[in-house]
Amino acid sequence: MNFTEFLRLAWDSINSNKLRALLTMLGIIIGVASVIVMVSISAGTEAAIEDQITGLGSNLIYVNASFGRGMLSSGSGSSSGGLVYDDAFAIADGVSNVAAVVVEMESSENVRAGQVTLEGVTIQGSTADFPSVRDIDIDEGRFFNDQEVERKQKVAVLGSTLAHELFGDSDPIGQVITVDTTKLTVIGVFEERGTVSGVDFDAKLYTPITVVFQKFAPTQFARLMGDRVRTITVELEDPAQMDATIEQITLLLARRHDVSLDALDFSVTTQQDIIQTQESTTAAFRNLLAWVAGVSLIVGGIGIMNIMLVSVTERTREIGIRQSIGATPNDIRLQFLTEAVVLSLVGGLIGVIAGIAAAWIFGQASEMRTVIIPSSVFLAFISAALVGIFFGFYPANQASQLDPIEALRHE
Amino acid sequence: MMGANTIIETHDLTKIYGMGDIQVAALDGVSVTIEPGEFVAVMGPSGSGKSTLMNILGCLDRPTTGSYLLNGIDVSGMNRTELAGIRNQQIGFIFQSYNLLPRTSALKNVMAPLLYNKLEKYGREERAAIAETALVSVGLEDRLHHEPQELSGGQNQRVAIARALVNDPVLILADEPTGNLDSKSGEEIMALLHNLNIEGRTIVMVTHDPAIADHTQRTIHLLDGRIEKVVENGKKRTEKVDHELH
Repeated sequence: MNFTEFLRLAWDSINSNKLRALLTMLGIIIGVASVIVMVSISAGTEAAIEDQITGLGSNLIYVNASFGRGMLSSGSGSSSGGLVYDDAFAIADGVSNVAAVVVEMESSENVRAGQVTLEGVTIQGSTADFPSVRDIDIDEGRFFNDQEVERKQKVAVLGSTLAHELFGDSDPIGQVITVDTTKLTVIGVFEERGTVSGVDFDAKLYTPITVVFQKFAPTQFARLMGDRVRTITVELEDPAQMDATIEQITLLLARRHDVSLDALDFSVTTQQDIIQTQESTTAAFRNLLAWVAGVSLIVGGIGIMNIMLVSVTERTREIGIRQSIGATPNDIRLQFLTEAVVLSLVGGLIGVIAGIAAAWIFGQASEMRTVIIPSSVFLAFISAALVGIFFGFYPANQASQLDPIEALRHE
Repeated sequence: MMGANTIIETHDLTKIYGMGDIQVAALDGVSVTIEPGEFVAVMGPSGSGKSTLMNILGCLDRPTTGSYLLNGIDVSGMNRTELAGIRNQQIGFIFQSYNLLPRTSALKNVMAPLLYNKLEKYGREERAAIAETALVSVGLEDRLHHEPQELSGGQNQRVAIARALVNDPVLILADEPTGNLDSKSGEEIMALLHNLNIEGRTIVMVTHDPAIADHTQRTIHLLDGRIEKVVENGKKRTEKVDHELH
């Protein structure tokens, strides 16, 4: 008996009980489909993170205020006022390899332009280097410069969505808008930038950080704190010199804040740190998904084994008949093994189709991105075949070991 | 069709069931010799060992002791795979309950033994042609694609006979071939077997019906695992019986 004849036998048997075949395959179908969907989700997540990495600019250092001992325990040796606005200029002037420095400070205010009033618009106080550091281009007009920041000029640059919401199709440049009670003149509009790392750059209003300090500091407390800032973003000229630059910044700020190196009131993170954190999170996520999917494939295999064992019992008489007309133990074993493998492969194929369809629908219907990885499709399909051979072998072997006389007597 | 070998030659076959102290001898020293072209009946009450003898003669079972030469080949020491080959090429079975594959057409049922034939590798077309010829020879040319549940008992038994013949075996073993049939169909089946014998086939048939046994040339009576007596029925195999199929 050659292979095609075993295939034909298996196909006849599957055909003669389609419902049972479908139920047997269900586990494999779900297993294969879930492997494909889950891998496509984690691949999609990774792709999204990769986009964000390039979106954020790859050679940035973040200096963050840390609320350590120096801040809260008053008078305990530290003369530091925490991270302040002037530290940014100190970094720009006193550290080599610095291309640009940006300080950001946010608030949320009502914005009115003519008849249109928008509530809770994010007011982003920033400095002149913001467009270059954040890699965002001006569409119309211009961004504010260093002098305007220094002189606390009441000017505003609008994100593209915000500009459209406030002014529709008319030209916003030169118009006056009212933020809270402060009037600002629009001097520029950004190009569309989209949402990066959960921040919608297009919905914000950008104004000199000094204006935010003066007019929009979110709380009375913050207003009293004066020019204290949370984060200073530093863009490097040469990312290869990152370590040296971090050391310079650390020494400079420690001296300015008059704190020792083991009691710093700020921390320095790089873009790389953030990427690594996110990557390790995705890797853990991906491993978890792979395990879940793998377990469901094994469960599918056990399903095949169950049904094949039942099938061997149910078809004992058929086995006896085949033995009486000359089927060898090996013929019987191969017949049932082929059947299990064919069930697994057909199930795997249906699973591949279902998985690709599900991943596509999932990507269309939700915020999450899905990327179908061909190797995962291939791997899931091969695994299904292996599962079929592995879990099909025991029932097939049971069938081959049946005693012909007992089998023929079986009702 | 067959050589000059003695078809069946057994010496002191025993088959002992049970373990330890309680042992039952289903066969207790049976020596049988059957020559080519013989039609032999095996009779005996239940428990006499006739099923056990048939199973051993059919290579479905192995004797505990004793030797069995089938067509000159010693099969008593063969393993399961070798016995399967013997069953496939040397023996054709006809069972009381037909034992056809369910949900499988008459043609495919008759093709099945050809599928397991490892000596003659037939192609699919060839198998279908041989099976069709066999089915035509038992008068089922218009039932090729019917499944067992669509056929009458007599027709099913004829499919089984066609299947038994398809690998051109040296021995036909029939186990109560008319047991499930009405008397008319039973007569037809006996006529078929009779004609096969006339064509030179060696047939061994188990039956409990003396009238059926009377169709044969010789009846072996078994009792308690031993041969009680052998009766010559005085039939000559040249007497062709008129029979009508359908």
